[in-house]
Amino acid sequence: MGDEVVALEYEKMIDFTSASINFELIYSEISLLVAAFLILLTAFQRHLARLAPLVALVGIAVSFYFALQQWGNQMSGFFGMITCDDFGTAFKLLFLVVAALTLLIAHRFLIVKRIGSPEFYALLLVSTMGMMVMANTTDLLVMFLGLEIMSVPLYVMAGYARRSLASNEAGIKYFIMGAFASAFLLLGIAFVFGASGTTDLRQIVADYSFIVSNFQNYLYAGAALILIGFGFKIAAVPFHAWVPDVYQGAPTPVTAFFSVGPKAAGFAVMLRVFLFGFEQMGMLTELFWVLAVLTMTVGNVLALRQDNVKRMLAYSSIAHAGYILVALCVGGNDAISAAVFYLLAYAMFNLGAFAVIVLLETRSGCKSDFSELSGLSSSAPYLSAVLALFMFALAGFPPTVGFLGKFYIFSAAIKSGYILLTVIGVMNSFLSVYYYLRIVKTSYFEKFEGTFAPAPYSPAIMVVLFITVIGTLGLGFFPDRVLEFSQSALFAFL
Amino acid sequence: MFETFYPILFLLVAASLLAVVFVVMSVLIGKRTKLGRKLEPYECGMEPVGTTREPVPIKFFLVAILFVIFDIEVIFLYPWAVISRSLGLFGFIEMLVFVVILLVGYFYILGRGALKWE
Repeated sequence: MGDEVVALEYEKMIDFTSASINFELIYSEISLLVAAFLILLTAFQRHLARLAPLVALVGIAVSFYFALQQWGNQMSGFFGMITCDDFGTAFKLLFLVVAALTLLIAHRFLIVKRIGSPEFYALLLVSTMGMMVMANTTDLLVMFLGLEIMSVPLYVMAGYARRSLASNEAGIKYFIMGAFASAFLLLGIAFVFGASGTTDLRQIVADYSFIVSNFQNYLYAGAALILIGFGFKIAAVPFHAWVPDVYQGAPTPVTAFFSVGPKAAGFAVMLRVFLFGFEQMGMLTELFWVLAVLTMTVGNVLALRQDNVKRMLAYSSIAHAGYILVALCVGGNDAISAAVFYLLAYAMFNLGAFAVIVLLETRSGCKSDFSELSGLSSSAPYLSAVLALFMFALAGFPPTVGFLGKFYIFSAAIKSGYILLTVIGVMNSFLSVYYYLRIVKTSYFEKFEGTFAPAPYSPAIMVVLFITVIGTLGLGFFPDRVLEFSQSALFAFL
Repeated sequence: MFETFYPILFLLVAASLLAVVFVVMSVLIGKRTKLGRKLEPYECGMEPVGTTREPVPIKFFLVAILFVIFDIEVIFLYPWAVISRSLGLFGFIEMLVFVVILLVGYFYILGRGALKWE
């Protein structure tokens, strides 16, 4: 008897068979997961395991196709848990490109360093899937779920070079810091839920005035804790302490992925939470002002005196997070599309720079110190030219897309009257020129000492370099298509 | 209204009686030695005093983690089982997908030899 009653009650609450479960919303996530499973199931059969990178690439391609199909469609499904709008889809496409480029960068490196087990590709795919979940929801709990799906494989990937002490340290450090940040985030979500009675941002937006007039303190405390949680992931400054060690210790292709993928995912959720969910919370502007200035300045100043290229790029990635935080401070559609454009551009030239570093590190005995770059222009003239191009892009020089990215963010800031913030941002870009050009100076004007084998080119990394060079220069000259893309990547107010 | 709880009360009483009987029986019938190891506190076969930072084989950890995963699977199966009839075919297929996902992990574990104990 009890059985029937319970069943009836449930039926009244939720209609499980209704059309609100909309599987086409998650086709692209499903295809990544299926590819990851195929890799896991064939991991221990040697002849099949060699196909793992290929399977992963096919999975990414299929997922990319499904994500493209979604472009322009604005749908909500799974009882409002998953929301697909052009903002989310744009980030989906970005994550997939980043995953594909990382895979191509990593392949040869992993084999040479003898850590090339197929699980790496499965972890990469699952992590990318988590990012896609994060970007495509308005529900705080689903965001948390996505964040964990993204982070857990990342912890393993950071410690992937099992025999390297530095890599082990990176893995443990990232795991402990990340778990700590997740706790903050979850507590923040709990506070917001306590104040508003919902975890859905759309509901919070609708009831905002009621929530603020009754439970202001809880809502503000929740928002602050959520900011701390996401601040860890994007490496904003008071929460950046883990970045240099983890970036230096992790295998270099993983560092490349860290510096672009999770950062973009963190910004995707931050843009959605703070510029849509808590948009009416006035004091956030000042908060992001301070965060942006701190992040830019500390990142750039600490990058000045690094002797390791990976560590320098870690601090540079902190500084770039600062530039994007300017967009969060400014708010509005212009700033959102500028941030999306910047993240796309940053993915291009940062992955390109890391591809060169990986290529150089594939030689035996290399630790990516600055001194290893000396004499590169004579031993590998094309490679050093490409590296110089990426450094100019990171510094924001005009013909590259790096300039346009900064230009759109700062012009959005000026339009909204943030003159001082823009001035600080531009001063910081000047500061960053020093350490980016130090790489160019080392590779062109310093004498070669010691004997390093020539960099072993592989077709995969040539493809990556080709794509990123085209992206960095081509988008710099003809940005209109991508600009259009990023301008339509806005929240849909479903 | 307490009638439904009588079996539980019976179980409680029976269990405590049984425990008391065992203890009393062993005191009455059993041999007694009060020497050496017997006087040390019982700690599951471990040395009661010593360093706490001894290296433990990673296999223990592995088995513990695997146990947690499949334990969670069962926890998810219970609420599904309660309403499985009203969920119908759709719910069955959903649960099948969930189990298959965990099964993939199981086959991976088997293939990698994580359960081999040497």
